[in-house]
Amino acid sequence: MIRYVITLCDGPSCMQKKSKELQEIIEKQLDNLGVRQKVQINLSGCLGMCAKGPVMVINPGYTIYGNISEKDVPEIIESHIVKKKPLAKFIVDQDHLFNRFYRVFGDVNFFGKQMRIVLRNCGIIDPENINDYLSVRGYEALAKVLTDMSPKDIIAEIKKSGLRGRGGAGFPTGFKWELAASEESLEKYIICNADEGDPGAFMDRSTIEGDPHTVIEGMIIGAYAVGAKKGIIYIRAEYPLAIKRLEKAINDARQHKFLGDDILGTKFCFDIEIRLGAGAFVCGEETALIHSIEGSRGMPRPRPPFPSVSGLFDKPTVINNVETLANIPVIILDGAKWFSSIGTEKSKGTKVFALAGKINNTGLVEVPMGTTLRQIIYDIGGGIPNNKKFKAVQTGGPSGGCLPEIYLDTKIDYESLLAAGSIMGSGGMIVIDEDSCMVNIARFFLEFTQNESCGKCTPCREGTKRMFEILTRITQGKGKEGDIEKLERLGNMIKKSSLCGLGQSAPNPVLSTIKNFREEYIEHINYKKCRAGQCQGLFNFEINEKCIGCGVCKKVCPNQAIFASPKSKYQIIQDKCIKCGLCFKVCKFNAINKILKEVNLWKRN
Amino acid sequence: MEKKLVLVHIDDRPYQVEAGQTIMQAADKLGYHIPRLCYHPKISIEGACRVCIVEVEGMKNFVASCAFPIADGMKIRTHTKELRTARRDIVELILDNHPEDCHTCERDGICELQRLAYAMGLRHRHFEGEKKDYEKDLSSTAVIRDPNKCILCGRCVRICSEVQKVNALGHAYRGFKTVVMPAYDMPFKDSVCTTCGQCINVCPTAAFVEKNYTQELFEKLQDKKFVKIAQIAPSVRAAIGEAFGFPPGRAMHLETVACLKRLGFDYVFDTQLTADLTIMEEASEFLERLGGKGKLPMITSCSSAWMKYMEQFCPDLIENISTCKSPMSMMGALLKSYFAQKIKKNPTDILSVAVMCCTAKKYEAARPELEIDSLRAVDIVVTTREIAWMIKSAGIDFVNIKGEQFDEPLGISSGAGAIFGATGGVMEAAIRTAYELYTGETLMDIELNDLRGLSGIKEGKINIDGKEIRVAVAHGLGNASELLSIIRKDPDRFHFIEIMGCPGGCIGGGGQPYAGSNSIPLDEECLRKRAQALYDIDRGKTIRRSHENPDVQKIYKEFLGRPLGALSHKYLHTHYKPKEPRGIIPEEIKAR
Repeated sequence: MIRYVITLCDGPSCMQKKSKELQEIIEKQLDNLGVRQKVQINLSGCLGMCAKGPVMVINPGYTIYGNISEKDVPEIIESHIVKKKPLAKFIVDQDHLFNRFYRVFGDVNFFGKQMRIVLRNCGIIDPENINDYLSVRGYEALAKVLTDMSPKDIIAEIKKSGLRGRGGAGFPTGFKWELAASEESLEKYIICNADEGDPGAFMDRSTIEGDPHTVIEGMIIGAYAVGAKKGIIYIRAEYPLAIKRLEKAINDARQHKFLGDDILGTKFCFDIEIRLGAGAFVCGEETALIHSIEGSRGMPRPRPPFPSVSGLFDKPTVINNVETLANIPVIILDGAKWFSSIGTEKSKGTKVFALAGKINNTGLVEVPMGTTLRQIIYDIGGGIPNNKKFKAVQTGGPSGGCLPEIYLDTKIDYESLLAAGSIMGSGGMIVIDEDSCMVNIARFFLEFTQNESCGKCTPCREGTKRMFEILTRITQGKGKEGDIEKLERLGNMIKKSSLCGLGQSAPNPVLSTIKNFREEYIEHINYKKCRAGQCQGLFNFEINEKCIGCGVCKKVCPNQAIFASPKSKYQIIQDKCIKCGLCFKVCKFNAINKILKEVNLWKRN
Repeated sequence: MEKKLVLVHIDDRPYQVEAGQTIMQAADKLGYHIPRLCYHPKISIEGACRVCIVEVEGMKNFVASCAFPIADGMKIRTHTKELRTARRDIVELILDNHPEDCHTCERDGICELQRLAYAMGLRHRHFEGEKKDYEKDLSSTAVIRDPNKCILCGRCVRICSEVQKVNALGHAYRGFKTVVMPAYDMPFKDSVCTTCGQCINVCPTAAFVEKNYTQELFEKLQDKKFVKIAQIAPSVRAAIGEAFGFPPGRAMHLETVACLKRLGFDYVFDTQLTADLTIMEEASEFLERLGGKGKLPMITSCSSAWMKYMEQFCPDLIENISTCKSPMSMMGALLKSYFAQKIKKNPTDILSVAVMCCTAKKYEAARPELEIDSLRAVDIVVTTREIAWMIKSAGIDFVNIKGEQFDEPLGISSGAGAIFGATGGVMEAAIRTAYELYTGETLMDIELNDLRGLSGIKEGKINIDGKEIRVAVAHGLGNASELLSIIRKDPDRFHFIEIMGCPGGCIGGGGQPYAGSNSIPLDEECLRKRAQALYDIDRGKTIRRSHENPDVQKIYKEFLGRPLGALSHKYLHTHYKPKEPRGIIPEEIKAR
């Protein structure tokens, strides 16, 4: 069975330095040591390290030996293959996990500004093949902790790394583990929260679909650190591919003794079960998630007690997000010191964002903490399509805030986003351009959180509904004096009084747009004007003189609001028009105008 | 063990309080009654209404004082301007989604939400909008559910699952559309609801109320065709005064009799008499079973909610259940047979009305098994609350009225019959009689303190002629199910078991007066006082054993013959059969 792959560079420079001859010597030495059948030897094209030639790469582990001569080879082979100790003196480069991506895809502009730690293997390895994961140092971190580290060491290392929960709140992971580890209980649980509920966010899904083993490995390490014997991955049923790959990965890991009894020959036992969620947004909240796993309705409960003290089935429970867990193996392998060198003072490592909205490169990006919004939107995201003007960026999913241009140079981390009036959340990032109405956007997000409220606590259940009603009437042109103040009053009360994070953050889109775009609200209410022309109550369609009377608009109108008076152009009956915009879209002659309303209250008097 | 003390500041005043309690518990003892709504001391902490929020220095958000543990050095503020506004707005949000029909509401004047809104200073509305609009569920014979009045505090859900372990109710749907309903939104009558009425007791509004029969009763009382007869349950007398402003713990049966006479009843009888009769039958049945004829342990069958619970959830124990009817149904049966013959009336011309502390009795009265010659034994059941309202509505002065005695021949009762209303009372009464029936000697020490009080499951032992009889008492269906799991494991552990469906027994029944403005529903102190009122009646009687009741003796002599005789079986005993409403998980699935 092949255990190692030795790749010899066969590029012109290395060839000149007799790399071909090395192959024979390697084979001979392998025969001598009786390990020939364990090793496969490949010749590769130029690796680009000509100055260090001849170059030899041994996988797994991506150890590069350079400047080697014929007499060095037997020593390297014996040490690396037989004694399983890479020979340090000839090593020119070792794997840097996040570099792996660039070895495959090169330094494309979209990727160049990114730093891939969580997504390091996504797109590189075959997620359904455990050997692929093993070849990129997979489960090496697990082997390391089981042989060299005590649970306390792991927790100390994670604390040192400064890793914080990627689910949104940013609670220090090491501290969370320490709390659970210090609980005296025979039964403990570790839960991976893969209930990704933010519309438009798909980082957890991509991580699992692209690299399920890294999440599993992170969980096993976490379980070992806190003393859990059972792990549960709570994932929404809407992610069938991710579920399939997780199931396969868990089975493969069991067969390789990474899961189950006596893991890797130690006394540590741990296994993972997958639980499917029905996709309620609130089940991402940890206590609601616990209730859902227990078989009850997914409703949050007051904390304390925190799950690390009394969680699933009242036992100490650690709940970590997918992205958090995917960071664990890297921290163990490359060290907390290295990890904590990335990011800002209080937020370490990287963060994956899902770019969406009015931006050229929509998709997933992983950047170090401390990258500015401008870098993400313009350098990686490629700016805004059609040369439109940037208006705002909404971070943190439906309960995040909308940040205007002045915040573009904010260095992203948990604190700075909070200070700016938004949240990190799970990492959604929606770019809004000048064509969007901020009142309508706020209403859109609130509609989501309002529908997804679990209905338990009054402020969230009733309050968001009332806010939504007020926003709706503003966008319909029925806003009243004092509505903004009511929104602020309700919003602040809901933020401070709600039971769980859903309610505490639900008013964010409204409060932040009121703070940053108050003039738009005033326009809507006082002048009945929507400058973006999005609010249906605040514009009319009218047919102008360009109409040739073709009648297409009349045909498409779903409400029979268009008619033709004999021998003249078509007309729109305003009372019947539902502002769907179909006629506007189908007219080929630019004969339909969208007329924004504006009432000048001063003039009228 | 001495509790650890911590220093906290509440509204800038320093206090030493015990650690390990919530902010609300600590504040309660210091004279701060933080406004609250979903909180109830008997059930788990929900933290849902957010009315009890307080400010804790250093915390970003308000915290719910009902749930948050107090800690050393905590600086708490209970009524800052911002807090007051937030609380007011929260209560307004509840009201904004609540019907504005206080004047026509059953709970007008005794509604927790109304009181709270007043206390929060809600004098105008800011946020009015859409209100929910659902159908009332009128299907049940006993309990009506009105989702429109529900404010989703979840007390009913919690009491049903935690105290009663029936789980008839749950939340459905999300957000603004959330509703409390039985599984699959099925009609209440088809659900697992045992009609115990504890949801009514704890509901702060009128989202749950008993099915009201007062109008029907008012009409029938005017009907000259009927001989109108009322019976009054033991625990009605212990609580009815509360509905008229008397403190709990006053036995007011004489006043009640007088009022019922003025309402138009021709006869007012005492259910305590048939409680004595029940004891005669039940004690005899027990001794028969003890002698090898029938299954042990024998379990009492007086509580209608418990009967439905048993038929649904533990049909395996049907043979253990005493076949005796409840005192109410025995009285009904006697009225339409023995008493009808006595006054030479056709049973169809008798209007048999039961004034009960219980909502489930409405369900029991409608059970077809209990009919006497195809006639309902009890035509109308009204609760303590309903009768109190009728008295008020008819303009009868309960407070100042001169009491009157129960009518003959069904009016004399022993002290044993009186204590039926409190948990443990049936057992105590049964032992008093069984002892004498078995040994022929009179039991002298008749107050069995082991069986009194409010602990969930009580056990006792009594030596009857050298034989040790082990008995157990459970009140509240949750405690009952716990006791049942004990006897399933160890069937020989007890000989005789009393189970009452409601916490505290009948005195805590689902039809008792609502808690007043300074009390909480099912307050233990209140239950204790009501029970004490019954024990005082017992102590004040010269006849304290059921078999000594001269009226009971007369009934056997004139009509029934002997306990467990043929006529007794016809009129005083019944049978049960398993029920499987939707929502009960069949055994074979449970086993999987």
